[in-house]
Amino acid sequence: MEFIKPGININFIRYRKWAFVLSGALILATILLLAWRGGPNYGVDFTGGVLVQVRLDQQHSPGEIKNALKPINLQDSIIQQFGDKAASEYLIRVRKTNLELTGLSDGVRSALISAFGKGVDIRRVEMVGPKVGKDLRQKALFAIFYAILFIAIYISGRFELKWMMSIIMALSLAFVVYLTSSFGVSVTWLIIIALLVTLGLCWFLNLKYALGAIFALIHDVTITIGAFALTDREISLAIIAAFLTLVGYSLNDTIIVFDRIRENVRRFRRRPFQEVMNESINETLSRTILTSSTTLVVVAALFVLGGGVIHDFAFAMLVGIVVGTYSSIFVASPILLMWERKMAGKSGRVRKGQRNGMRVKST
Amino acid sequence: MHGSESPVSKNLGLRAGIVTLVIVVALIYLVPSLTKNLPPWWSNVLPKDKIHLGLDLQGGIHLSLEVEAGKAVESNLERVVEELKNDLRKSKIRYLELKRSGKDGIAVKLMRDDDVTAFREMVHANYPDYDPGTPSYEDGKPVFHVVLLSKARERIMRMAVDQALETIRNRIDQFGVSEPDIRPQEGHRILIQLPGVKDPKRAIALIGKTALLEFKLVDEDHSVDEALKGHIPPGDEILYETSIDRKTGQRRKIPFLLKKRTLLTGEYITDARVQIDSRYNEPYVSLSFDARGARLFENITGQNIKKRLAIVLDNKVYSAPVIQDKISGGRAQITGRFSTDEARDLAIVLRAGALPAPVKILEERTVGPSLGKDSIEKGFKSAIIGGILVVLFMAVYYSLSGIIADLALVLNVVLIMSGLAFFGATLTLPGIAGIILTIGMSVDANVLIFERIREELRLGKTPRAAIEGGYGKALVTILDANVTTLIAALVLFQFGTGPIRGFAVTLSIGIIASMFTAIFVTRVVFDYLYTVKRMKKVSI
Repeated sequence: MEFIKPGININFIRYRKWAFVLSGALILATILLLAWRGGPNYGVDFTGGVLVQVRLDQQHSPGEIKNALKPINLQDSIIQQFGDKAASEYLIRVRKTNLELTGLSDGVRSALISAFGKGVDIRRVEMVGPKVGKDLRQKALFAIFYAILFIAIYISGRFELKWMMSIIMALSLAFVVYLTSSFGVSVTWLIIIALLVTLGLCWFLNLKYALGAIFALIHDVTITIGAFALTDREISLAIIAAFLTLVGYSLNDTIIVFDRIRENVRRFRRRPFQEVMNESINETLSRTILTSSTTLVVVAALFVLGGGVIHDFAFAMLVGIVVGTYSSIFVASPILLMWERKMAGKSGRVRKGQRNGMRVKST
Repeated sequence: MHGSESPVSKNLGLRAGIVTLVIVVALIYLVPSLTKNLPPWWSNVLPKDKIHLGLDLQGGIHLSLEVEAGKAVESNLERVVEELKNDLRKSKIRYLELKRSGKDGIAVKLMRDDDVTAFREMVHANYPDYDPGTPSYEDGKPVFHVVLLSKARERIMRMAVDQALETIRNRIDQFGVSEPDIRPQEGHRILIQLPGVKDPKRAIALIGKTALLEFKLVDEDHSVDEALKGHIPPGDEILYETSIDRKTGQRRKIPFLLKKRTLLTGEYITDARVQIDSRYNEPYVSLSFDARGARLFENITGQNIKKRLAIVLDNKVYSAPVIQDKISGGRAQITGRFSTDEARDLAIVLRAGALPAPVKILEERTVGPSLGKDSIEKGFKSAIIGGILVVLFMAVYYSLSGIIADLALVLNVVLIMSGLAFFGATLTLPGIAGIILTIGMSVDANVLIFERIREELRLGKTPRAAIEGGYGKALVTILDANVTTLIAALVLFQFGTGPIRGFAVTLSIGIIASMFTAIFVTRVVFDYLYTVKRMKKVSI
């Protein structure tokens, strides 16, 4: 059985302008959405606060639950139905960060029991003090930062056999991060600066594959964050784990396309880069679609059947896989092409733009 | 490329042997997690550890506490203030004022200038942790600022954390939790993980109780009502007893006017047990003191007959009986309207000792056992349904080759589970998600290989050559693609906590296992079919 017939030749590269417009629009929308909301919607893990998942005997309106919490001054909490309508399960969220946590879970329990009777089942309590929340946020952001750093080093080293370059990149990145952090810049900005520096370094050190791959993964994670903001989902610790997995997945996809481009560039030296690239994407298209669909199928199963606790995690994966598949075809490769054109324009040898440094030396 | 027939088969035998060995070992590690009753001969020789379930799957408590070590420093200062007063009295140095000043100092205003040297020598001799400094003069009187040395301050704080850790460990041991995990962390913090606790409320109360037991005299010369209006006599304080009316169930707070001075604390307790009062059939806690405590208790009771002695725990009055007679033998009782559980927990905290400083909850995560069970069921349901869909899809799309890939997939899941058992890793809910993700992604390697084989076949190569070429060309790509995910997983492991670590471990094991099954195992099967069995057509 075959979905994609061999010899297929869709001119993906021709649509790159449209793809840039689409991606640019999505990223811009994410940035605007985040700016409007005042940053990502962090969950209690990061902001500090309280989350209680409770199952009651029968349905109660959020108002009733708020009233029940009045005696312990938590009437400002946000009440949400959780999971199935029939389950009469609710999430109680308190965003106050200055709460005294000692004895609080007991207080919530007794307040609910005195209002709704003995049938109150507290299924989950998450209380995070402001200090721990801040710690966790720092940790998560550093995790993302290091993942990107190591992956950038790996790709440029292993993939382009430029280990020296990747070491230079790592050192300069570490230096920039050290410099900016000594000015007391927040970790969010630190990551944005680090990413920009990484992209800039890739550009100047001629690490074109790393440039494309890192661009694609920033693209994927940004749009997934946008989807979270749009659907009003919270970013918790587990979601950060999902993002990092996405980083791995997005690269996985990109690398497979790039690997084929590299192989074909070596095989067809006379043909224009754009053509070779397009052919490589077509050759790997079958695999790209197959793997994405099997992964999507299992993640969709998790999304539908996995239950409330894992729902958002599955959502992140679902969006990320779709965006990641799209970006490995329409974002990563066109960036590579852009770089090649730019270099070719600079050196004035338009037709030989595909030649890499090694070959130029040997001729 | 075209190696002779025999080395391939010989090599094949070895590789098949490796695969069989891995499968057998994996199954051996998996058996304890699958069955409850292992035969005795099994437990003697073979592994018997089950896969650990994370708190989010089996239910339990995760607590992060901060020991308010500053309070330990404060109580040290307060004790030294009292001791200094005694010492000054003994060595006949007269003072006008002696009180705590600032965060870690004591201000002492002496009467006579002649005592300056004597005072300084006394501090040096008796209080090595303190520095008297040089006196300044106020109205012609010498004023010392005795300061707690920063090294000593550090030490007191560190000891407070160590002691708190030890005490909490004792309490949890006596409470009875299987496999508790209690460890110190930076910044005077203690991390506590209690899997499978049925009554989180009770466990948290038990851990967080300071359990400072004090015996204080009731001030019967002054009236409580006057004191409540704000005229508290010097050296006195008001503390309350909470009593619950047995008929109405209403809480009532009874004020007591007590002498501030603590006559005896719980530090001399050697044992505390729950006993049942035969008259009211109510539980109470009986205490035994060590020799020194017994002597102190005897003196206190002997000197204060017919007075009321209040038993105060964490600044709450439990009871204030009238001392009828001198009590020797070092025994006392704490009565109050306890339930059996409350009495039991009180006995535990008294036996384990008081915390050197109060603790504050920084983070609390509780998962009820019912939710954990739900999560496991739903997680496995989605894994099985997702898995079946992928298996069917592969079989339809790649025919026989697809079925070989399916075998690899099933083996992959078996390897992940036994890998978790082998490394003693913890399976968490995100971990289950990791397994599900691996199911989807592990076929990727086979898809890559199969697509390559198809390409090679289209070029008109023989089955053997096509398989050879397909595996060879796909290998580097598969390695590259997997290493990046592995990097992400390792970073997650380094920075993650609890469930996230579980996810990282599962993902890492999954990636490594999937490379083994998708590349190595399937190749063995292919080689068997197309070189040994000499199948003519590749079913792909």
